[in-house]
Amino acid sequence: MIYMDNAATSMKKPKEVIDAVVSAMQNFGNAGRGVTEASLDAARVIYDTREKLADFFHAEDPTRIAFTMNSTESLNIAIKGLFGAGDHVITTVLEHNSVLRPLYECQEEGVELSILGCDERGTISYEEMEALIRENTKAIVCTHGSNVTGNLLDLNRIGKLAKKHGILFLVDASQTAGVFPIDVQKMNIDVLCFTGHKSLLGPQGTGGMYVREGICIRPLLSGGSGIDSFNKHHPIQMPGSLEAGTLNGHGIAGLGAAISYIEQIGIEKIQEKELGFMRKFYNEISKIPEVKVYGDFATTIRCPIVSFNIGNLDSAKISDELSVRYEIATRAGAHCAPLLHNALGTQRQGAVRFSFSHYNTEEEVNAAICAIKEIVEEYTL
Amino acid sequence: MRKKEKYIVVTFSSTTKAMEMEKKCKNKNIPGRLIPVPESIAAGCGMCWCTKLEQKEILEQFLKEENLSIQNLKECFI
Repeated sequence: MIYMDNAATSMKKPKEVIDAVVSAMQNFGNAGRGVTEASLDAARVIYDTREKLADFFHAEDPTRIAFTMNSTESLNIAIKGLFGAGDHVITTVLEHNSVLRPLYECQEEGVELSILGCDERGTISYEEMEALIRENTKAIVCTHGSNVTGNLLDLNRIGKLAKKHGILFLVDASQTAGVFPIDVQKMNIDVLCFTGHKSLLGPQGTGGMYVREGICIRPLLSGGSGIDSFNKHHPIQMPGSLEAGTLNGHGIAGLGAAISYIEQIGIEKIQEKELGFMRKFYNEISKIPEVKVYGDFATTIRCPIVSFNIGNLDSAKISDELSVRYEIATRAGAHCAPLLHNALGTQRQGAVRFSFSHYNTEEEVNAAICAIKEIVEEYTL
Repeated sequence: MRKKEKYIVVTFSSTTKAMEMEKKCKNKNIPGRLIPVPESIAAGCGMCWCTKLEQKEILEQFLKEENLSIQNLKECFI
């Protein structure tokens, strides 16, 4: 099978990740519950992974990284734990439902919401974003990279904007963590939400969040903490404040190995390879008159994603054809980003999305291009 | 049961801080280990780091140099 659905999850994982998970499943006790060697083995690996992530995202120290099961959980914790009635929050039409739905729930509780639009290529105006800031604006919440078009938002620019106006900056890095360097301090990011199973190459069920020192988030969950057992309330110290219950130690061991793998290969090399595949695929299919590609490809630095449609063919039909006839895995449909599909006019048709990994090969990309050309030929017959 | 001896015990507000202590001590060859918090010591975190009494000066110097955030440092029989 040719796997080109890496924006959904990176299917191929480094061997080191698999080995680390297997070893963890053979040896780990429960981290932070008891002080036996088995428990400490788990706690040590979890601490090491926390430290690696803190270095990876340039956090102040490892206590600022909390583990969650994915970006969705991180975003729910951040959005529901920071905003209340009377607060105003700015977001964009580029967002995934993991940002939009928690914000809509907050809106029902009295949070005021402004949603910044985009142009026909799916790009936003930073001047318009600044113009939305008002007296009660508490935060800007936005994605680093669109999971539909692959276009990046300028985090440095938005971070400066947030700092200038004294508001919080929350970032959804689901599509970018692991391919694009993120420096939370330089970019003035207050909360960074990431998943472990996409470009970070870790197991599903891993993820986390960076929370800037001084920011206190009301926990979504409370319960076992391994510390302060007689307190009626869940402890407020990071990272335990956001980590009620037993952590996914087995998965976190894999995530730690994945970070080491990325650092060993080099994030720049991974990015160069993935963007090379994306560009080659785009250059070939965008020449086909029946193909309509979405997003801004004038910029060279963008997520390794190409979403498109062929004429008025149902995107689900194309994806199924690719899967059954060519054994190429892609994703069709609405990609959980309803407002962007509205803006691109693809709410009914959806879009076929190819998303590349550094594990793909030139031959696979060529095979994908040939498959699209064949499907188009049949369509135009 | 092992005979009780006097130890220096370092407590922490969180498990993460305790793990940081253990890692940094290992890196600098400071002898000691993590143990469950004895009942005579009140601590936020369920684990504490302990070392023999004769290491007290080395430990205090180490804590200062590494700028480690601890909850408390006590002597107790374990």
